[in-house]
Amino acid sequence: MNKYKRITLDGLIFQNPTFMLVLGTCPTLGLISSATSAAGMGLTVVVILTLSNVLISLLRKVIPNEVRIPCYIVIIATLVTFARMLLEKFVPDLYDSLGGFLALIVVNCIILGRAEAFANKHNPLEAAVDGLANGFGFTCALTIMGIICEFLGSGSVFGLHVMDFKIGIFATPAGSFIIYGLSIAVFTYIINQFEQHRRVKANRLARTNMLDKEVA
Amino acid sequence: MGTFIAIVLAAVLTNNFITVKTYGICPFLGVSKKTSSAVGMGVAVTIVMALATLVTYPVYTLVMVPLGFGFLEIIFFIFIIAALVQMLEKIIQKLSPSLYNTMGIYLPLITTNCAVLGVAELVIGDMSQFLNGASMNLGWAVLYALFAGLGFTLVMIIMSGMREKLNCYKTPKALAGFPTAMVTASFICMAFMVFTYIQI
Repeated sequence: MNKYKRITLDGLIFQNPTFMLVLGTCPTLGLISSATSAAGMGLTVVVILTLSNVLISLLRKVIPNEVRIPCYIVIIATLVTFARMLLEKFVPDLYDSLGGFLALIVVNCIILGRAEAFANKHNPLEAAVDGLANGFGFTCALTIMGIICEFLGSGSVFGLHVMDFKIGIFATPAGSFIIYGLSIAVFTYIINQFEQHRRVKANRLARTNMLDKEVA
Repeated sequence: MGTFIAIVLAAVLTNNFITVKTYGICPFLGVSKKTSSAVGMGVAVTIVMALATLVTYPVYTLVMVPLGFGFLEIIFFIFIIAALVQMLEKIIQKLSPSLYNTMGIYLPLITTNCAVLGVAELVIGDMSQFLNGASMNLGWAVLYALFAGLGFTLVMIIMSGMREKLNCYKTPKALAGFPTAMVTASFICMAFMVFTYIQI
């Protein structure tokens, strides 16, 4: 159980693909000017990442090591083609707002990165948990930045009008770059503080233990 | 001539891949620490974009659409790009080892660059806004890809110059690295927004 907890926490927070590893930046910067399209992108990636992780993990004994990258790309490209057809048929609004970035999920570093770093070494269950955790880490990051960007840029959240207020720059890539950069800075700062706190606590515990032993 | 100017201006300035479309951000942030490497990456991406379009556009219009499997474009394109990059790497290695030493290390990274797949997908879509009334053909497609690559190189060079200067200053620990680079990129984007007022 502890193992799954660690995989989940790593994917969501400590190895968050968007904030800590800065992977998959193109769709992030292109789509966070609208919270709806950011969340839609995130959820599409969750589905594709989980499925690709499970498939690659199942096939890890079959795929020869020398040609593994082309094999992963075929699996991912097939999943993306399916996702694109399904979205075009059932959620045409989201399909239009994602635009070119839907096809570009194929070259999203997060998916290929997880396949290479995790799925080809672990069993399907662990790979599925890892895919879900990383996917939701990506989705949460995108949705948070999408809400901030959309609120500042057009005064609405998820397309619902909140107040008459707008700073035009946040509706363009320039604003997306600023919001993404500052979000990384805040996230890194919080994680650094947390790690420092944990290290101090661990040191104090170790010292008390040592003192206890000396006294004994 | 009108269409030529319209495509060049659109590809380099008004619809720049990095500042307007946000394609190809990974190499833009990853390889822009030094001007020499930024130029190498930019040139390599430009060549691959033009060559990839030269192959994918005819394959799509002459083979895939008539035979009725146009919906498989993503799988075919990524394969063509991967094969092309591998081939280019081997050819450069054979013809000019010195060029390979400066540019070769960037080539394997280009397969998973969104800008290449992005331009291949863009030129088979609706391009009427850039064409100034002319109809789409292979020549315009390759021209667009080539100048989109040059626009990418231009922004890479500007960014690398700014980052080399920024290295001289001390930044707070949390802001060092990516956050500073992103805020710098944001200022370049703001500067490039001026060009969106160009009317052709």
